[in-house]
Amino acid sequence: MYTQGLDQQGKPEQEKQRRPAESEAELRAFQRRCDAEEKIEAKDWMPEAYRRTLVRQISQHAHSEIIGMQPEGNWLTRAPSLKRKVILLAKVQDEAGHGLYLYSAAETLGVSRDKMVDDLLSGKAKYSSIFNYATLTWADIGAIGWLVDGAAIMNQVPLCRCSYGPYARAMVRVCKEESFHQRQGFDIMHVLCSGSEAQKAMAQDALNRWWWPSLMMFGPSDKDSEHSAQSMAWKIKRFSNDELRQKFVDATVPQAEFLGLRVPDDDLHFNEATGHYEFGDIDWQEFYDVLAGNGPCNRERLAKRQKAHDDGAWVREAARAYAAKHAVQEAA
Amino acid sequence: MSHTNWPLYEVFIRSRSGLSHRHAGSLHAADDDMALDHARDTYTRRMEGVSIWVVRSDRIVASDPAETAALFEPAEDKIYRHPTFYEIPDGVENL
Amino acid sequence: MNRIKPDAQLALRLYVQRLGDNALITGQRMIERVAGEPELEAELANANFALDYLGQARMYYSYAAELEGAGRNEDDFAYARNDREFQNFLLVEQPNGHFGDAVVRQVLFDSFYLLQLEALLECSDQRLAEIAARAAKEIRYHLQHVSKWLIRLGDGTSESNARVSESLARYWRFAGEFFAGDEVDDKFRAAFNGPDLSALAVTWQSNIDALLAVATLTVPADIEHPVSGGRAGLHSEHFGFLLAEMQHLTRSYPGATW
Repeated sequence: MYTQGLDQQGKPEQEKQRRPAESEAELRAFQRRCDAEEKIEAKDWMPEAYRRTLVRQISQHAHSEIIGMQPEGNWLTRAPSLKRKVILLAKVQDEAGHGLYLYSAAETLGVSRDKMVDDLLSGKAKYSSIFNYATLTWADIGAIGWLVDGAAIMNQVPLCRCSYGPYARAMVRVCKEESFHQRQGFDIMHVLCSGSEAQKAMAQDALNRWWWPSLMMFGPSDKDSEHSAQSMAWKIKRFSNDELRQKFVDATVPQAEFLGLRVPDDDLHFNEATGHYEFGDIDWQEFYDVLAGNGPCNRERLAKRQKAHDDGAWVREAARAYAAKHAVQEAA
Repeated sequence: MSHTNWPLYEVFIRSRSGLSHRHAGSLHAADDDMALDHARDTYTRRMEGVSIWVVRSDRIVASDPAETAALFEPAEDKIYRHPTFYEIPDGVENL
Repeated sequence: MNRIKPDAQLALRLYVQRLGDNALITGQRMIERVAGEPELEAELANANFALDYLGQARMYYSYAAELEGAGRNEDDFAYARNDREFQNFLLVEQPNGHFGDAVVRQVLFDSFYLLQLEALLECSDQRLAEIAARAAKEIRYHLQHVSKWLIRLGDGTSESNARVSESLARYWRFAGEFFAGDEVDDKFRAAFNGPDLSALAVTWQSNIDALLAVATLTVPADIEHPVSGGRAGLHSEHFGFLLAEMQHLTRSYPGATW
């Protein structure tokens, strides 16, 4: 018998200590399951490194959804029509939901949400660099939907086939729900580009500011990516960072042309021979700076999350106290 | 750091009458009522359901994956439980 | 159509428009809370409620625009009117405080709003009765949800009890306005079998009394000087900022479509 006790803050550490060394035979058997495209479920045997990789990746993903609510949430009160307001709100709400699904998926690996939130607030855990950029105009909301969600889809669709069952199932739900996100962003851009000169300029300005950070979303170039090879072998990852980035550029450049916008890259050109767009060098220093906490909004994003967490403490405590009080009464 | 440790719940949704409830995901809530509200607000935003079950995750009793072979493989050689095991002579119908 | 006298027709339009104003301003205050809720699950709930209110505002404004017949649309009502033309209750425009403030505000308002909607099911204007039927389903759930929260906070810790007691004391003086009808309410009631506000007041008070008892909270004393002004478009000072923020983009680019 086995209870699915997932609410176990602190326990994983002890478990790790008790855990016997992983034998070659176990590791080989696990790899065979991955190679055979079998899904790994929460309580199945798995290498500790597999578990840690997933906890890191899924919690980063969850944190990104939660922090990602802020840049778009910034325009909720100012959305320029009631229709746009409800669409944006539904999208930001989805991000909260996706954070929730993902935290749940990570919790099946024996790490509590509280622990993950602590790691986010202390700066130990990372989240997508893109959400540390400011949303300065309404067109930024369009650009985020079109570019950032577009990049996210490239990343997320292959994750629906990830070897870890709970993560794969969460991603199926996420991808299904997100299918409208990119379209609403493109729709905002399309309306702006069909509008006045000022609106079109607003759209171009947004593309100028969001293009490069969007390319950085796929992570470091393959030659510098520390975790890639092992993740591919474990079927957590299906495509390399550079492959996905290329796919994104190939899909997006024609859309920019349709909108009549100029992609801010003088080196961008189509290579007839390969059938791909070639693009200029990414400023990786900027990427690492933002990741290290020195982007335009890192401090504000975390401060807001910290404040919500602190402000909510008495509420969470009160609900728990009420539940405890009434559980005792019912039992009596 | 202040923590709540609201317990984890598993959510099961019946997508329409006639179908079974199916596991939809998990969430945290301080009590059963709140878990139902949270399930409604999280897992039925797109008309996914007509009925919700929630149960505290630590109340679920599950089989041990290490016992998978002992539990489930003995069924593998009992193929006579499946209708395809039997040969039907030509010309026999409604069987 | 012409059975209705023009003043009754105007009363209907203003009544519908006010329903829209309450819904929009409630929703606007709710979306200010996004990404600031005490727990992730509460984000989903808050956004759901805000979507309900904003959806209702759109239905009310679209119908008001139709009744007016002057070619305006829902966005003209939300984005192109000035403060005096908004006639929401002062309670719903009060700035956000903590989570308990939001719960108390919603309990007080939704307790009234649900009674109002249920009364509107009987009104003789069929379109409004249909909208009310849709909205009532949403608000019934909201009221259950926030009532349960009020009980948890009232009967939770001494801190939570103190906090919501204070919220209740602060907001109580705004509740009298729900029942202080003006000529629009009178005309609407006479011409369309609209709600009887004095009857609603009695039910509201007894519902609130019962809820507060379960929540182990004390019912505040009657207010000698209740606040009012919403129906006349006389707002609190906070309202101008809410409107400026909400309308800033559309007013910065007149005539643009988005």
